[in-house]
Amino acid sequence: MAARLIELPAPRGPLSERLFEALEGPAPGTLPDPEAVDSVDPIADDDLQLALYVAYELHYTAIRGVDESWEWAPSLLSFRAALERPFEEAVAALVPPAEAAELESVGAALQRIVAGDTGPPLSRYIETQGTREQMLEHVVHRSAYQLKEADPHSWAIPRLSPRPKAALLEVQFDEYGGGRSERMHSVLFAETMEALGLEPGYGAYLDRWPGVTLAGVNLVTGFGLQRRRRGALVGHLAAFEMTSSIPNRRYGNALRRLGYGEEATHFYDEHVEADAVHENIAAWDLAGGLAAEEPEVAADILFGARALLQVEARWAAHLMDAWGRGETSLRAPVVPVPA
Amino acid sequence: MGDGMGSSHPIPVTITPYPDGPYLVRGDFALTDLDGEELATERRTVALCRCGKSRIRPLCDGTHKLIGFKAASGAEPWQRG
Repeated sequence: MAARLIELPAPRGPLSERLFEALEGPAPGTLPDPEAVDSVDPIADDDLQLALYVAYELHYTAIRGVDESWEWAPSLLSFRAALERPFEEAVAALVPPAEAAELESVGAALQRIVAGDTGPPLSRYIETQGTREQMLEHVVHRSAYQLKEADPHSWAIPRLSPRPKAALLEVQFDEYGGGRSERMHSVLFAETMEALGLEPGYGAYLDRWPGVTLAGVNLVTGFGLQRRRRGALVGHLAAFEMTSSIPNRRYGNALRRLGYGEEATHFYDEHVEADAVHENIAAWDLAGGLAAEEPEVAADILFGARALLQVEARWAAHLMDAWGRGETSLRAPVVPVPA
Repeated sequence: MGDGMGSSHPIPVTITPYPDGPYLVRGDFALTDLDGEELATERRTVALCRCGKSRIRPLCDGTHKLIGFKAASGAEPWQRG
């Protein structure tokens, strides 16, 4: 697989327009901060989330025609902070504060939080009734994260003490294929996309992803880029792994019901087994270990877990609502190429 | 283990029951059936089913969460049935 390179997407409003215009020029060019960002729904705001996503992508990938030194240009970081603020506030408004009792056992609290998740039953719907088009749309949405799976959480590595760090590495080693690139989970996902006739290139569907899909990636990138959010980053990983094995079994079943073979289901089947291991390490050794050594970030661990579940629930509701209206959940429908 | 990390110093095997979850097995173990046939696993740490309801036994598939399986990590005290 080649090095990452994405195209600048089409802007979706004044924020992304101003940012992309600046990025097409030399760095550090002029990029004035936006006037007060006034978004009624920052989590699903197409313009805000796209601008934030592209600002963050400078840390992950080359962007065609964009000077790489924009990544740390002060004007870009300042512009980006103006987008982060309303997004962070909107997420915080959905997350109740951790209770004192929860902080006594972060592992047990994570189990209760995940068990009590009331998000829309997206994986059950897709397993039992999803159409081929809906399954493919789901894969296209997920590719926003899965093609960089494990990368944002790797930012936690230098910030953790030995016990939680070893636990994180135990998970990440598996995510990155145990030292073999062909087993890397992001590579397995690209193979699934290919088997489904989808374009497996990193960022290939950027123009198709709505704001609420980008919000899911922006959430974890925002945690990952800031050391002070290491708790939230770890909590995000724990909740992600703890809500993975059962839905992934369902998506594998959906593909089998729709007539797809092992090359399409391999990613999902692998995750049933892998995440049944990871979720325990992530909850008890990683999150529990971090909380034991740095009790002051315990509440933020639970924040990260709850924030993930809330943003995922918003995203899942968007898919179910669009499909309920008989519409595409993407910004434009996807036409697969026969494999 | 099939991870290409051959070592002349074997890593001791540990088996850890996780709270309300599976047994995690780490180290230089071999997972075999009665005939000594090795069960294929490509990871260094495996989770063995503890609730009995996994659909990929002997490995865990997360089903314990759906059935409300409860078990401590440490040894349970003997309880008069």
